[in-house]
Amino acid sequence: MVKYIDEFRNPNIAKSLSQKIHEIMPDSKINLMEICGGHTITIFKYGIKKLLPQNLNLISGPGCPVCVTDNSFIDSAIELSHLQNVIICSFGDMLRVPGSHSSLINEKSKQSDIRICYSPMDAIEIAKNNKNMEIIFLGIGFETTVPLIASSIISAKSEGLKNFSVLSGHKTMPNAMKALLDSEDIRLDGFICPGHVSAITGLDLYKIIAEKYKIPCVVSGFEPIDMLESIYMLVKQIKENISTVQNQYTRVVRNQGNQKAIEIMNRVFEPVDAEWRGLGIIPGSGLKIKSEFQQFDANQKFDIPLIEKKENPGCICGNIMRGINTPLDCKLFKKICTPQSPQGACMVSDEGTCATYFKYSL
Amino acid sequence: MDNKITKAHGSGGIFSHNLIKEVFLKYFDNPILNQLRDAALLNQINGKLCFATDSHVIRPLFFPGGDIGKLAVAGTVNDLAVCGAKPLYLSCGFIIEEGFPISDLEKIVASMQKTAQDAGVNIVTGDTKVVEKGNADGIYINTAGVGKIPDNISLAENTITPGDRIIISGTIGDHEAAIICAREEFKITGNISSDCNIVNSLTEKLVKNVPGLRIMRDPTRGGLATILNEFADKQNFGLRIYEDKIPIKNSVRGLCEPMGFDPLYMANEGKIVIIVSNNDADKALAIMKDHKIGKDAKIIGEVIEEPKSRVLLKTQIGSDRILDMLTGEMLPRIC
Repeated sequence: MVKYIDEFRNPNIAKSLSQKIHEIMPDSKINLMEICGGHTITIFKYGIKKLLPQNLNLISGPGCPVCVTDNSFIDSAIELSHLQNVIICSFGDMLRVPGSHSSLINEKSKQSDIRICYSPMDAIEIAKNNKNMEIIFLGIGFETTVPLIASSIISAKSEGLKNFSVLSGHKTMPNAMKALLDSEDIRLDGFICPGHVSAITGLDLYKIIAEKYKIPCVVSGFEPIDMLESIYMLVKQIKENISTVQNQYTRVVRNQGNQKAIEIMNRVFEPVDAEWRGLGIIPGSGLKIKSEFQQFDANQKFDIPLIEKKENPGCICGNIMRGINTPLDCKLFKKICTPQSPQGACMVSDEGTCATYFKYSL
Repeated sequence: MDNKITKAHGSGGIFSHNLIKEVFLKYFDNPILNQLRDAALLNQINGKLCFATDSHVIRPLFFPGGDIGKLAVAGTVNDLAVCGAKPLYLSCGFIIEEGFPISDLEKIVASMQKTAQDAGVNIVTGDTKVVEKGNADGIYINTAGVGKIPDNISLAENTITPGDRIIISGTIGDHEAAIICAREEFKITGNISSDCNIVNSLTEKLVKNVPGLRIMRDPTRGGLATILNEFADKQNFGLRIYEDKIPIKNSVRGLCEPMGFDPLYMANEGKIVIIVSNNDADKALAIMKDHKIGKDAKIIGEVIEEPKSRVLLKTQIGSDRILDMLTGEMLPRIC
């Protein structure tokens, strides 16, 4: 496996792809957006920008699940953690995200029972072993994680578990891309589309972007050679004035996606309007648990008080997620906002744009 | 003796005495400890002393390549060794959870003694406390140690100059990777052994034979990347290392790639990283390669003028990027 990975980090191939990009690069400025936080990490971790023409600009998009989660979701999770006999289960990253007044990690250090899980199936185990407690799993993430959480709900139902529920903050990708293009805040010339989301969804969902908005889309893998090749494919489309959906990540992504995973997802979840940090409410961009499974929907099961939402006025995470600003434009960046003391969500997750800038750039 | 630790074993009474006699003295046996005073009376030591302490809370207690006992002795021995000292005496303090199997305690104590003997140190004083069931996770061990630094040796960051070389004594990330495999929650089976080991015989050879030796550290928690940043922090130089020169076992990479762990930030428990003058680099490397814990040693980078106080990584595809300290924690309870 390791030898296989090394082929995707081969310096000679990297150099030759870099040359090819330079050769076909038009004189005008090109803005490409990488949607996925995993791609942002690869770009910085391998120093890919240094191999690209100066007029080729890479913009980080809203593809880090922790970062796009709105304050109101954190506030609700904190309120739930204050209830008697409740155990909150969450992916680790969520704990440090600041909400309006506190973070889950702060509440954990007080008295709330909040546990880190690597999979919703761990939460199911906790539910089985703690029958007198209510176990609430914080469901976040895109199409990549949704099938897993859907199957945990299905197995909870088939096993007759009564003390397990999910607070769904799930988001889906294509409507957010459309919202970005509709807002016209920035001019985008191409999308580097998320590899793992596409492994589930397939390529069809990007068709509207390529056909209606005329923006080229390339689904990319996560190794440096993958990304350089994807960038080459995008620049080539732009140069030839065409816009189609192409799949660079053929070793993982099938054009039709993973039908089984889509089926599981659709069995449990249905689209709903969702609030994104920085992007506001985007119609049909979230997922809610269907009524057939409503006993596992924490929103239905518990009466969650509404908290007035508050954000740090200096934090520009929203603009960063829309690609309007970079972390270097933020007054808080590296001063009071650091990975040890994050003021905004983009500094929390490893995939967050601010955390990546902090970790890898000079 | 009953087969479980009870509160009575920490009471100071007859059960404590029996535990000391039947477990601790049986293994640690040495004239200073055997006096069983409230404090160890040490022989006179001339010269500059070095003093270190280290607490160990690792889970699981037994793992491929080591156990909490070996780790607890090696931890303090290595802290003394990388300061250039010859370790001499150790203390150990146990905090044990009620109900802990005495057979496991005996295994741990035997392992401590074997490691201490290999390192040429004596465990000369100790303490045991027992806490109620549920108030600790099995056993925690603190060790402290004293060592002597040879005359005319002073290893420090301010002796480092541009052009010096950076050497690592072997493959990185082995310890933390072994712990990840040993932890049930990850449900991973892997054939990775911790590098948990004492380094003092290697450091003593380097101190004696390499006049251009500037500094040594053991890259434990936070890994190689964090130690290099500590070297460079607030200094008038920077460091550059080369990704393709850093020795990493294929088994460790094979674990890290899909899990998203970065070996550069992963803990090692039997490695040293040194900075040495360019002239003496080959000599230091040869000494390492000749030693059983340094067979995979490699020169991985050099000291540079700019950017000051920063660590650069020349990536596999040939670009420079910043290599920062570990922020947060990768995996809790690894040592």
